[in-house]
Amino acid sequence: MTSRYEVHEHDVLIIGAGGAGLRAAIEALSQGVRVGIVCKSLLGKAHTVMAEGGIAAAMANVDTSDDWRAHFRDTMRGGKFLNNWRMAQLHAQEAPERVRELEQWGALFDRTEDGNILQRAFGGHTFKRLCHVGDRTGLEMIRTLQDRGVHLGIDVYMECTITRLLKDGNRVAGAFGYWREQGRFVVFRAKSVVICTGGIGKAWKITSNSWEYTGDGMALAYEAGADLMDMEFVQFHPTGMVWPPGVQGILVTEAVRGEGGILRNKNGERFMERYDPKKLELSTRDVVARSIYTEVRENRGTEHGGAYLDISHKPADYVKRKLPSMYHQFLELADVDITREPMEVGPTCHYMMGGIRVDAETAQTSIPGLFAAGEAAVGLHGANRLGGNSLSDLLVFGRRAGLAAAEHARGTETPTIDYSHIDESVQQMLAPFERLDGEGPYAIHSDLQTTMQGLVGIFRCEEDLRRALSEIETLKERAARVHVEGSRLFNPGWHLVWDLHSMLTIAEAVTRSALARRESRGAHSRIDYPALDDAWGKKHNVVVRNAGTMTLVEAPVLEMPDDLKQLLAEDSGAK
Amino acid sequence: MAEVPFAEATLQIFRGNREDGKTVDYRVPLVPGMVVLDALHWVQSHQAPDLAVRWNCKAGKCGSCSAEVNGRPRLTCKTRMDSLPLDQPITIFPMKAFPVIKDLVTDVSWNFSVNRKIPPFQPRAGVVWKMDQRDVDRVQEFRKCIECFLCQNVCHVLRDHGKQEQFGGPRFFVRTASLEMHPLDGVSRAHVLKEELGIGLCNITKCCTEVCPEDIHITDNAIIPLKERVVDEFYDPLLRLVRKIRSAKKI
Ligand SMILES: Cc1cc2nc3c(=O)[nH]c(=O)nc-3n(C[C@H](O)[C@H](O)[C@H](O)COP(=O)(O)OP(=O)(O)OC[C@H]3O[C@@H](n4cnc5c(N)ncnc54)[C@H](O)[C@@H]3O)c2cc1C
Ligand code: SF4
Ligand code: SF4
Ligand code: FES
Repeated sequence: MTSRYEVHEHDVLIIGAGGAGLRAAIEALSQGVRVGIVCKSLLGKAHTVMAEGGIAAAMANVDTSDDWRAHFRDTMRGGKFLNNWRMAQLHAQEAPERVRELEQWGALFDRTEDGNILQRAFGGHTFKRLCHVGDRTGLEMIRTLQDRGVHLGIDVYMECTITRLLKDGNRVAGAFGYWREQGRFVVFRAKSVVICTGGIGKAWKITSNSWEYTGDGMALAYEAGADLMDMEFVQFHPTGMVWPPGVQGILVTEAVRGEGGILRNKNGERFMERYDPKKLELSTRDVVARSIYTEVRENRGTEHGGAYLDISHKPADYVKRKLPSMYHQFLELADVDITREPMEVGPTCHYMMGGIRVDAETAQTSIPGLFAAGEAAVGLHGANRLGGNSLSDLLVFGRRAGLAAAEHARGTETPTIDYSHIDESVQQMLAPFERLDGEGPYAIHSDLQTTMQGLVGIFRCEEDLRRALSEIETLKERAARVHVEGSRLFNPGWHLVWDLHSMLTIAEAVTRSALARRESRGAHSRIDYPALDDAWGKKHNVVVRNAGTMTLVEAPVLEMPDDLKQLLAEDSGAK
Repeated sequence: MAEVPFAEATLQIFRGNREDGKTVDYRVPLVPGMVVLDALHWVQSHQAPDLAVRWNCKAGKCGSCSAEVNGRPRLTCKTRMDSLPLDQPITIFPMKAFPVIKDLVTDVSWNFSVNRKIPPFQPRAGVVWKMDQRDVDRVQEFRKCIECFLCQNVCHVLRDHGKQEQFGGPRFFVRTASLEMHPLDGVSRAHVLKEELGIGLCNITKCCTEVCPEDIHITDNAIIPLKERVVDEFYDPLLRLVRKIRSAKKI
């Protein structure tokens, strides 16, 4: 077929080249189908590269009593039982094999005395479970996957943003987007599409996330008619940098606490003794984040509105070896030597538990041929994710998505693309250049961040959430009139326009879901409904597009088989 | 944190594309702890919405934000404004060794094509997956590389002599070292190093090591040992045999 657009054909198109996307690509490729992978940044720069602390997998190299059952139990408990039990089970069972596979592809983890993969403690994990490489685990993981993928022969489309999914009737037909560099439009025709686009942290002001985290994949799926679920569950990591202003939000890895770091308030009190006397600093993230926030609100915070995190009681050599990038980060960006003095830390928007609703076994969405995995998908983490469970999630469900996408592609005819949809998208993309007045996108983005930070943060209430909704409405109107200067050649202002569209859509989904859930569970804390509510423990909020408007429906939490229920009732066997 | 003695700084930024360009001055208000990338973002959101800059992590972990600040190749997210002389304009140019796309964004795609030439990790037959931390430590140094390509940018073989066709550059010697010295790897890349990556063209000036933000001892720990391997493999077959036997014993 001839077309006015650049067209690429694949059996499987993967959107996103982080851990999930690359793992999916490797698996699909090994099934002998043609695979393309698209990403907004250069290859190897996705969020996964920033992951620090480790990959959770019950390998039992350090604590020999660990096994998948314990990992399953910890994950479900951490997620306040809102998790998809089947995903939590598959994840716990398959993670060790996925880590071993990484090692066989060349990844080099830190070692135990007897030469196995070393594992460290992390919040909410009963046993030492996180396989790691100092504090740059993500870098090791993405390089390993990237090189494997490239040598197997994936076609990589770097610095290319997808702005619309294409459909042929009910099923997926490909995707439409633009090259960031030249601003040219491009069409991908594919029998299966896998969304691995990560999270939405850039909608908040204080965040550990990069510019890429604008919720694109969730917005693409939602607009194509797929379900989003559990969108109220946004993880605020307890420890981001708080000073100086320029570094606010940059992550301080949980590995600092895993290696023995202690939290104190300005009076020198080890305040976690009050909030979770058993687990202390290694409590789950929702608990630690709320505790720090509460200390600050009650005037026991540090000079710059945080808490002290101290690792200086450990030998300096050890700190530099186990936490090298934290050492450099504080020394270079904050003039703090963490081997001698405490860090100042506070909560930062970090991870999206909610996302695109998928089938546990195949990662398929409600749209035939459309799959999702990684942070963009929902299910494994429930109301709160445990540290280290994301990297393992990427491997386990990235692989499953790649496999199922390849199988789906083999059993389907090549879809047809409706070019009128593409013409429509092109017009939409070019409109901001044509408007002569209207404001630029940066101020709208900044106002959205202020709204989400102030009104849809760690503690929420009905009044704030309603205000947030009305502000999002105003921001949407402003965004509809946005104007862009310059040409289509590598123009970040223009790029932000579409990112902003996704952020506004997803911010609305988060806010609506948060408003609906009248209880506090995991990462979702309502000041006006501070307790767990059993009725809410049995249902999810699902966000769907209904005749063009965002609609919320409830869906029941999947019933667990009895043997797993039994498992959860058992004691964890912790020391 | 040191007080900032100036309220504002002037950034002199290269604005242009492959065909032509010029520098443009922008005044930026300073805040404590500000890095050059923050200043660029301020310019973007207040004065030049189409200013092209690459970045991701803003924490020195992804290697996206490389540029030449006051003539020195740096990560802009790790360069503090208060470390620069603020009484004069701060110049910010794209990396010189790569073709400009727009403003500070360059075409680094050549690097990705070099990487494809390097044979991937392949475990020795019948290997047992156990490793000693000491053996791992040596290789982990190379695996810290964040692909900022600053070393490629300063290497005179690429920057001044434009030998991209014959020479892989320091980043890919580091990459090769990370595979060659992997305790369980079973492939020799000596031929690739010599013929395709042109390691012989490196004359050990150490400019690459000086700019590496990850403090990788590129020249001493990667390039020189690799050069030795090439010499052994091509010119000293006996020594090669001895090494083979030794490394086989190691497992
Ligand atoms: C600082 C930090 C530290 C962390 N540490 C840990 C840790 O120690 N352990 C752990 O388990 N988890 C950790 N996490 C979480 C974990 O890193 C992420 O959840 C995970 O890497 C997400 O992987 P992903 O594959 O889903 O997406 P990503 O790695 O974020 O990749 C998303 C990809 O999608 C692409 N993309 C997005 N939108 C589009 C579009 N419209 N068109 C085309 N491409 C698009 C992007 O370019 C990118 O390639 C950390 C997170 C952060 C921020
Ligand atoms: S040491 Fe070799 S690779 Fe490094 S800059 Fe000098 S010539 Fe280039
Ligand atoms: S070796 Fe150092 S300078 Fe070169 S690309 Fe890697 S991190 Fe950058
Ligand atoms: S933005 Fe990642 S290294 Fe500078």
